[in-house]
Amino acid sequence: MSSSLPLLSLIVFVPWVGALVLLFAPKLGAWSVRVLALAFSLSTLALAGIALCRFDPSAAGYQFAEGHDWITSLNVHFRLGLDGLSLVLLLLTGILGPLSMLASWRQENNPRLLNLLFLLLQGAALGVFLALDFVPWFLFWELSLVPAYFLIRLWGGPGATRAAYQFVIYTIGGSAFMLLGFAALFLATGTLDFTVLSGLASSGALATKLAALGGIWPNAVFFGILLGLAVKVPLFPFHTWLPSAYAEAPTGASMFLTGVMSKMGVYGFLRILWPLFPAALHRFAPGLLWLAVGGVVFGAFAAMKQTDLKRMVAYSSVNHVSYCLLGLFAVCSLSRPSPDAATAALTGTILQMFNHGISAGALFFCVGVLEARAGGRRGIGDFGGVRTWAPLFAGLCGISMFSSIGLPGLNGFVGEFLIFRGVWGLVPWAAAVSCLGLFATAYFLLTFWQRVFHGPKAGASESRFADLTGIETATLAPLVGLMFVFGILPQLLTVLINPLVTSWVAHLALP
Amino acid sequence: MSLAVQHLWLIPALPLVAAAIGAVVPRRARAVAAGAAIAAIASSFVLSCLALSGALANPAAHLAFNFDWFCVGEGALRLGWLLDPLTAFMCVMVSFVSTLIFIFSLGYMREDENFKQFFCFLSLFAAAMLGIIVSNSLLLLFISWELVGLASYLLIGFWFTKPSAAAAAKKAFITTRIGDLGFFLGILWLNNAAGSLLFYDGGHGVLEAATLGTLSAQVTLGGLAVSTAIGLLVFCGAIGKSGQFPLHVWLPDAMEGPTPVSALIHAATMVAAGVFLIARVYPLMAADQALAHAPFHALTAVAFIGAITALLGALIAVAQNDIKRVLAFSTVSQLGYMMIALGVGSWVAAIFHLLTHAFFKALLFLGAGSVIHASHHEQDMRRLGGLSGPMRITFATFAIGMMALSGVPFVFSGYWSKEAILHAAYEWNVSALPLIMALAAVVLTAFYMTRLVAEVFLGKPRSAAAQHAHESPGVMTVPLILLAACSILIGFLGTPAWPWLESALTGTPVEAHSLLEGASLIVLSVLLVCTGIGAGWALYARRPRETAEAIDPVEAAFPRAFAFAAARMKFDELYAATVGRLNTAFASLAAWMDRRVWGGVIDLVARFGEMAGRFNKETDDEGLNTGFNAASEELRTVGKFYSRAQTGEAHGYLRILALGFVVLAILAIMGGGR
Repeated sequence: MSSSLPLLSLIVFVPWVGALVLLFAPKLGAWSVRVLALAFSLSTLALAGIALCRFDPSAAGYQFAEGHDWITSLNVHFRLGLDGLSLVLLLLTGILGPLSMLASWRQENNPRLLNLLFLLLQGAALGVFLALDFVPWFLFWELSLVPAYFLIRLWGGPGATRAAYQFVIYTIGGSAFMLLGFAALFLATGTLDFTVLSGLASSGALATKLAALGGIWPNAVFFGILLGLAVKVPLFPFHTWLPSAYAEAPTGASMFLTGVMSKMGVYGFLRILWPLFPAALHRFAPGLLWLAVGGVVFGAFAAMKQTDLKRMVAYSSVNHVSYCLLGLFAVCSLSRPSPDAATAALTGTILQMFNHGISAGALFFCVGVLEARAGGRRGIGDFGGVRTWAPLFAGLCGISMFSSIGLPGLNGFVGEFLIFRGVWGLVPWAAAVSCLGLFATAYFLLTFWQRVFHGPKAGASESRFADLTGIETATLAPLVGLMFVFGILPQLLTVLINPLVTSWVAHLALP
Repeated sequence: MSLAVQHLWLIPALPLVAAAIGAVVPRRARAVAAGAAIAAIASSFVLSCLALSGALANPAAHLAFNFDWFCVGEGALRLGWLLDPLTAFMCVMVSFVSTLIFIFSLGYMREDENFKQFFCFLSLFAAAMLGIIVSNSLLLLFISWELVGLASYLLIGFWFTKPSAAAAAKKAFITTRIGDLGFFLGILWLNNAAGSLLFYDGGHGVLEAATLGTLSAQVTLGGLAVSTAIGLLVFCGAIGKSGQFPLHVWLPDAMEGPTPVSALIHAATMVAAGVFLIARVYPLMAADQALAHAPFHALTAVAFIGAITALLGALIAVAQNDIKRVLAFSTVSQLGYMMIALGVGSWVAAIFHLLTHAFFKALLFLGAGSVIHASHHEQDMRRLGGLSGPMRITFATFAIGMMALSGVPFVFSGYWSKEAILHAAYEWNVSALPLIMALAAVVLTAFYMTRLVAEVFLGKPRSAAAQHAHESPGVMTVPLILLAACSILIGFLGTPAWPWLESALTGTPVEAHSLLEGASLIVLSVLLVCTGIGAGWALYARRPRETAEAIDPVEAAFPRAFAFAAARMKFDELYAATVGRLNTAFASLAAWMDRRVWGGVIDLVARFGEMAGRFNKETDDEGLNTGFNAASEELRTVGKFYSRAQTGEAHGYLRILALGFVVLAILAIMGGGR
């Protein structure tokens, strides 16, 4: 860029500066804390807007790149860069960060610490989406766990302690293997720079160097990194930490966890695992494809049996993020995939990442609204006839639900259609079996709607149920608006990623 | 000419805008919402008429306007709209019938507190249906198709505080979605095989000869042509939406919606969509007909599903006591007729019957609505009776609808369209079964419609509600009169003597036939109609029911068969016992595996870590207890720390990880140094 403004560093660090400000301003009142934190959180969206204006949508490579030497003895650099994929996720984070804070607006228990943790979390997630060297990337990746842990632990439900524990240990467990994998990579190549590594990978040099380590190492490195990412996404069956973590987390944290943090895993697959290990991923993709299909089908059917609404939405997240991996693995499983189908599947994968963030965030918020009104109850049988009391809430929640079901005209459909269109052209059986997930999703979400919103007034909504407050409307309405915008005009997003996906597909043929 | 094509999108867009207006105005603004809805649909009707005149100027052409929806990679997803006589006739019918139903709703829904929402949903419904009709892309058609599903969900469950309405809405959405999954796979397959989803695209569309040739030349599983397989998958969607066996179960439950909604679903918007879909993709469905060695033709399945549905629906309708349910099953049965027509190769007859049926079924439902409105929401015909006196207009128009549906010869439209279907089935050389089943259904149709009219309008009032019934206001009766007129007149567009509709739809001049061609079949079907009406008259009109509790004469004669049909042949029970149970079992399995298997493995790993931690603690204890008093204080802390692992289950796990990492790192360094 012509200007010397370190835009990407600003994007990453402004939320952390906000956290520092909150840390050193203990005297601030609750209201000022919230407004201040919200302003810092909104910076992401504003700066991402600047990036969007200056972004060259016809280029596939990294833009706004920044690089500083960091630990020269280990050849570690602090490098940031932005391409279409990062930009889409940047926008998603910029949207969901402030809205997660708004969702926690009424939290009276230590709002300063709460918002501080949200800002830390947001900065860490942004770092993951922008870092181009493993060391800073991994630091951001791990640092995101700390605020997430405390958000669940301190503001969560009755089972929060155990859930937070399980969440952190499980994720760190996965990350440990990933760290190990990269340690081995460093030994083999002497660099941890993603662009250098993927260059080595596409020329085949990386595989040669890893093979020189001998024994099981080439595979062990691949599986170590795979495990770290698979737990984060999560890929079935590494998802068992997710339902309790999402269910016990406070509403705002659930929104951010499902909307942004689960995308960190998928991002890792696209940014690291696939470019660095195209041959290994190709070799193991048929098996991984089964796991993705398993996540799609089992996730949706397990959701059907949940009585806790938050757990239900959590399982539906397992189902929805599995579509992303389904698209990627289907592309990887063939050595010469049809370019049309591969383009559709990969475009769908990226759109689905964005759209799931919007829809699942909105659904978690809706369950949070129910929970807040019912004094912590959120069973599917605890409500009835809510639509009579709260038509606005019912309408917005209904739109979010149909977005999650994949109704055309709303955002969810576009990504899912493209993924299915691509997967059908690559591995037809996987698309056919995954259709069961589409059916089950409609079934359990409509059951939820029928039990909670329809029928006579009952349970926690028998005597009184207030409609959305101003703050709540301000949280939910933008998400619902985006569902329409990206459902009708997906071009707004695809224009950012088309060159990137095209270049991916052009380099699909394996060496 | 091109102007008509370019502005075709306005036909669905106007009601969509009205729906948006209805969604945002406050609840008090009843007049705004209703006014916008009616103005929009009436304007769509005018535009449709203009489109029709445009289409008839060149009926053989498929005028398409295509555009990029959004870009994917270097390509784009393309959508478009299409003007041909099929589109134009459907648009005119849907917008006209919808307009009348909207006006009727002004009266029917006057007292409902969600009046404004009702008109919002109605507009959405009409917009989505018109969207299906004008689409030139299977994708755009599918998008509208799903929106029809949404609108029907909202309207069937309109009185959502009633648990039965809420359940019926869900059932309709889920059941049709099962069919839609097949449809969806068909779209994916078609897109992949043809590289496009546009119907007509200057020679590259999926309904044009080049693509059809490729599709029917490729062979897939079981020796089926690809076009056959895709056709069957697409037909799954039509089975769901058009209430065909075995997915017909949602349609009778959909009666839970307000009566104008039933009229809209059964006449103009929803169920017609499936028949229209098959008519639209008819070239694709028929692409395998030319194949000599095909093991199976897609249209054969359509004909048999249609025949089963026609007979089944008529049998069940005989034993229903709720006015709307009789009409609902008659719709199931009539849709079966249309499918027979499509299956035996006469899509023109199917569309002809679709058009005539739309008018007389809308008439019958609105007539039923008028009855229900007048008798304080009494729908059980055993508790009505004698309404011909106080409700003269409703009675007269309803009787016209009944005769049209029964196929009373020469005057009524239903006769002509049904006759066209029977003739087409007669000439089908694959099997005679569809014709036989269709003829059996003719008797039953005449019978149950006579029963319905006799029970509701003749005899004595059998409840207080029926006694105090009075004619509905003009806003409700005028639509009835208009629909009654159409139910007679529309038939004359397609008589064998003047087959104008057929030549207009196909774009090729069709020779007029003598009215008496195939006279034996005509005589037979007329005899069957007379038998049905005669039997109904003898059983229900000559000796009208005295009390609401009196036993039905058919029930008295065949109690078990009647009960079986009254219970809708137990399809719901069958599905609950099979598909429903399988679904629940699979969901339970998924949840159980999650808890026990996947979660269990993790627990096991944690347990292993815990054991390692305890072992560590024991050895530490041993080592420290022998001496080192100075360290004993620390030991206590460590011991406490480890014992906590029993509850947290994860400490040990983490420990093992750290240990493992160190070991592996050492290995790696050694390996690297080698």
